[in-house]
Amino acid sequence: MPRDNSIKSILIIGSGPIIIGQACEFDYAGSQASRSLREEGIEVTLINSNPATIMTDKVTADNVYLLPLEKKSIIEILEKHQIDAVLPTMGGQTALNLAIECEKAGVWEKYGVKVVGVDFEAIETTEDRERFRLKMLEIGVGVCEGSTATSFLEGKEIAQKIGFPLVIRPSYTLGGTGGGFVEDAAHFDEALTKGLHASPIHEVLVEKSIMGWKEYELELLRDGNGNVIIICSIENFDPMGIHTGDSITVAPAMTLSDVTYQRMRDMAIKMMNAIGQFAGGCNVQFSLSPDQEEIIAIEINPRVSRSSALASKATGYPIAKIAAKLAIGYNLDELKNAITKTTSAYFEPALDYVIVKIPRWNFDKFKGADRSLGLQMKSVGEAMGIGRTFQEAFQKACQSLEIKRNGLGADGKELTNQAEILHSLKNPSWNRVFHVYDAFKMGIPFKTIYNATKIDPWFLNQIEEMLMLEKEIERYTLDTLPKQLLVDAKEKGYADRQIAHLLKCLESEVYAKRNDLGIKRVYKLVDTCAAEFEAKTPYYYSTFDGENESEVSTKKKIVVLGSGPNRIGQGIEFDYSCVHGILAAKECGYETIMINCNPETVSTDFDIADKLYFEPVFWEHIYDIILHEKPEGVIVQLGGQTALKLAEKLDRYGIKILGTSFQALDLAEDRGSFSSLLRDLNIHYPKFGVIEDAEQAVQLSRTLGFPLLVRPSYVLGGQGMKIVINEEELETHVVNILKDIPGNKVLLDHFLDGAVEVDADAICDGEEVYIIGIMEHIEPAGIHSGDSHSLLPSFNLSENVKQQITDITTKIALALRTVGLINVQYAVKNEVVYVIEANPRASRTVPFICKAYDEPYVNYATKVMLGEKKVKDFKFEPKLNGWAIKIPVFSFNKFPGVNKELGPEMKSTGEAIYFIDSLQDDYFVKLYNERNLYLSR
Amino acid sequence: MKYTPRKEAILLLEDGEVFSGYSVGIIGITTGELCFNTGMTGYQEIYTDPSYFGQIIVNTNSHIGNYGVTDLEQESSNPKFSGLVCKDFSKVYSRNLADNSLQNYFEKFNIVGIEGIDTRKLVRHLRSKGAMNAIISSSEMDITILKSQLAEVPSMKGLELSSKVTTDAAYYLGNESSSYKVAVLDLGVKKSILTNLVDRDCYLKVFPAKSSFEDMKAWNPNGYFISNGPGDPEAVPYAVETVKHILNEDHPLFGICLGHQVLALANGISTYKMHHGHRGLNHPVLNLLTGKGEITSQNHGFAVRMEDVAVSATVKATHVNLNDDTVEGIRVIGKKAFSVQYHPESSPGPHDSRYLFDDFISLLK
Repeated sequence: MPRDNSIKSILIIGSGPIIIGQACEFDYAGSQASRSLREEGIEVTLINSNPATIMTDKVTADNVYLLPLEKKSIIEILEKHQIDAVLPTMGGQTALNLAIECEKAGVWEKYGVKVVGVDFEAIETTEDRERFRLKMLEIGVGVCEGSTATSFLEGKEIAQKIGFPLVIRPSYTLGGTGGGFVEDAAHFDEALTKGLHASPIHEVLVEKSIMGWKEYELELLRDGNGNVIIICSIENFDPMGIHTGDSITVAPAMTLSDVTYQRMRDMAIKMMNAIGQFAGGCNVQFSLSPDQEEIIAIEINPRVSRSSALASKATGYPIAKIAAKLAIGYNLDELKNAITKTTSAYFEPALDYVIVKIPRWNFDKFKGADRSLGLQMKSVGEAMGIGRTFQEAFQKACQSLEIKRNGLGADGKELTNQAEILHSLKNPSWNRVFHVYDAFKMGIPFKTIYNATKIDPWFLNQIEEMLMLEKEIERYTLDTLPKQLLVDAKEKGYADRQIAHLLKCLESEVYAKRNDLGIKRVYKLVDTCAAEFEAKTPYYYSTFDGENESEVSTKKKIVVLGSGPNRIGQGIEFDYSCVHGILAAKECGYETIMINCNPETVSTDFDIADKLYFEPVFWEHIYDIILHEKPEGVIVQLGGQTALKLAEKLDRYGIKILGTSFQALDLAEDRGSFSSLLRDLNIHYPKFGVIEDAEQAVQLSRTLGFPLLVRPSYVLGGQGMKIVINEEELETHVVNILKDIPGNKVLLDHFLDGAVEVDADAICDGEEVYIIGIMEHIEPAGIHSGDSHSLLPSFNLSENVKQQITDITTKIALALRTVGLINVQYAVKNEVVYVIEANPRASRTVPFICKAYDEPYVNYATKVMLGEKKVKDFKFEPKLNGWAIKIPVFSFNKFPGVNKELGPEMKSTGEAIYFIDSLQDDYFVKLYNERNLYLSR
Repeated sequence: MKYTPRKEAILLLEDGEVFSGYSVGIIGITTGELCFNTGMTGYQEIYTDPSYFGQIIVNTNSHIGNYGVTDLEQESSNPKFSGLVCKDFSKVYSRNLADNSLQNYFEKFNIVGIEGIDTRKLVRHLRSKGAMNAIISSSEMDITILKSQLAEVPSMKGLELSSKVTTDAAYYLGNESSSYKVAVLDLGVKKSILTNLVDRDCYLKVFPAKSSFEDMKAWNPNGYFISNGPGDPEAVPYAVETVKHILNEDHPLFGICLGHQVLALANGISTYKMHHGHRGLNHPVLNLLTGKGEITSQNHGFAVRMEDVAVSATVKATHVNLNDDTVEGIRVIGKKAFSVQYHPESSPGPHDSRYLFDDFISLLK
């Protein structure tokens, strides 16, 4: 069937603030869907309360509503616009739930809105565990033994019937919240109560445990004609028992025979057809018994998901784009493959490479959190590595994590305590895979490792093989190392730094040697078809193989460095900035090159930059790309701390940093030099000092006076930051920091108790400064700026203070010779303005200000960085009546038992925007009155 | 386990291109037509498919051998292909149901292969230059000698290979008391085709490729099946002759792959050697009769000419390839005969097209 021409305008519902289990993959999906629909001439209206999204940008949609995801907001939109259809499958469970709420209230019917891309019956079937189980039994698909309980007593009865170990899965929860394994009767009561409470309808599924079985996922697309294709098969490296969002996953499936894979494919199609006849995407999870290959269906999600974002990046097949087209009536056979542009979209991608996704956790932010992995998702981001082989992809994924490792092993950070290793293998946490490696290195037998982890022997063998190579390399020195071994190591994804560690030499020496021997990175295409057809889309990954497919153009070009895996303090905001940076550079006629390894992002979509290198934001990979492409320069100020950290080395290697120079970036980071600068400029700052051990700290505290803000230098999101009130606390905290970050220079600031914090962001071209926004925090100083509510513009500052802030921001921006964006944080006490810190880069608040004022500041700043424009060239027209409140959103429910008190270390995972007309607004008044509630000190 | 250096091997192409890699299987030399398969699963089924006789397979999937081999997943009694080219060959495997590693299996059947090859480069090369012969060697490394050996390998065009892979003598398969009797002309038949028929209540008599129509008819079958097989369809005039007789007497007929090409030739429609063929598990086909699509398993280097089908008075196209509009299925107008270019039995591949076996059965009723 061709496109349904009755649909001329569509509403897309977003997923709201980032929380664990629902992150920026939905911005990726929503943006892609929106672009896909606009391509068809459809007017797209978007609703999302998350300002840091590309989907809510004018570049993406025709009408944007930054409103709370509530029925009320939907009605408001439907009153204003003639909406023909709503697409609720791009915004995760949040969007689906809102669509269901509106359906139940008859909203869609009342306004004549057609619901496309989904079937509410299907959602009910898939979300209600008992209905799902019965449906599967009806179509002859195996499911786990178990049944649902809506009361404590019922739950107890079921457990008695099926026995232990078992699993509790609450109905209608996100990312497995409240679920878990129960080993024995002793732990059952507590787990059952928790599960029932977690479910909004007080219902749990009590199921037989199939822990240790192999786990797979298939991504499906179906059109209105009943054609179904499988976009990707994904195999979990971690067997059943760990939430798929917390599992290391691999695509394509590595250990499935065709017979078993086809059985799974048949079941997946049968399942999708059984739950309803909608046109759109679907994710199915299976479990496979390793002995007899019995297949059990775990769940089915009739929407675009985190896994489909991964599958899109893994295969090159734009699932959300095509799903949107299917939703408006197209059939798969009527669409073209977006990568080849000549073959059909109706096909199943073939991969000639491997991808490995590794989740990124942030347990360090949640003191006291249970760090074990289980049914409930706890990771905050993910990195994906692409390689020609599993080992290469695996090493690249490890190099992308930014956890101070150089990859998997070979960096001297191995754990060598046998008991600890064995415990970790059996009780997985974020670092288990590193301990699998350590176990092999220590010589713990293969069988023992397998029995403890149940990780498929094929994967274990891959790791063991890597260690065999390492041991061989260690027999040589750099001079005696045979070429073949160096080739082997590079092909297996080892970084020069890792090889240097094995050979006890310098990274640069390894680099020089491999360069002399002609062992060079080449770039291959992700093309959906294993090179069978010519691809038009420049989506590359590096490997060590024969042919280089990345041809360098003669155009002037720039590189934008991305921000790596999402984590607390560095997330979607930087993706937003990167996308705008790319678009602005394109407008100026540059060929744009994006480097990032985060599969959840819009900036790594194949049609954003002119060239995408899906590579670790890791020196070696970046340097090789730069040598290959020879860009005019590199933009580091849009990719957060990750990109910024590379500035020094780029500078040292003579690579031009576009915009603010490395020297200025460094000056702002270095507290000593920065303070001298402030002193010279006659600017106030809290009394401070730098110490290197606890003894110095105590000495210094006597001159500075308590309370003191203690913070390590060069960290993200206030990591390790704490306010201390006496010498004992100070000592303990300093010792802790130096244990975690040896050799760090710790800063002690006199803490301005009761001060008000203010953020100012500005664009500077080196000569002129334009302040894009001043945001005033509602909570008093002491809470990390990312965790506090704040208002744009300020609401309680005197004219005098505002003027001081404007003047100081201007002075600092000019003194740092800023070219691009700068963010300055202030504390205001008794009409005196103190500078806390300055960051000459895109800050977390920039997207918020852009959205609140409806102005493209990142675009402007990028043009300034490129030297194409001056500040005076822009016509600034901020549009805002009233105020915009930035609301931090937390994911504490994923970490029961964690202290919810807020402090100088950031803990929020996302944010929402909320507009108010006056300061008498009820919501604001309540916030203001409760501003001291969560302050830990 | 300890690190062991790998034995070097060489892949030389007809156009002089040389790739170096490491030996897989036994040490030795093999030759054949080089063709690539993009399937990500099902290597054992591919290697034992008689249609690959005389061909060296390039598997584009990164890893080969991961799940070992098992007697249950053979498409014929032993490997029929000439050799393997791949990126990474897994010497160890992980599968409880497997009986052996792919390496041991290759050693048992004297298969020569090469790994560590930039298969992507190779595929791009074949994609632009077209299918060509090649030689793999892990014993002789002198290019000049290999070149002269390669020069002796005949081109696939015009090559008759069915008689080399067909059964020596007719045999029976299935239950004698089944509802239908189907005579199978074995031009290199895959086991799973036979299984699909037997599972649909057919009793089969499988005839050698050069059997005459009279031989087959003497068994008094309800219908005829013309199988897949290797080589150039124009080189099997004997099979075309047999099919002409079947059509003359208007018996139900189903042809797959080579069988499809033979049915076309029997109707005066020509075939041609494709640039580099279709081999994989992801080829989209549109059924022109129902308007529905199917993801198909394909393996063919020759095809039926669309221009001829378009103007034919006796045959019409029923299936078409969505990527390149080539003929994927035909039906003889007014007769109970039809055929498809692709593999509805899959193995390996998706099961989307199994309905074609049911269609055939309904013609037998």
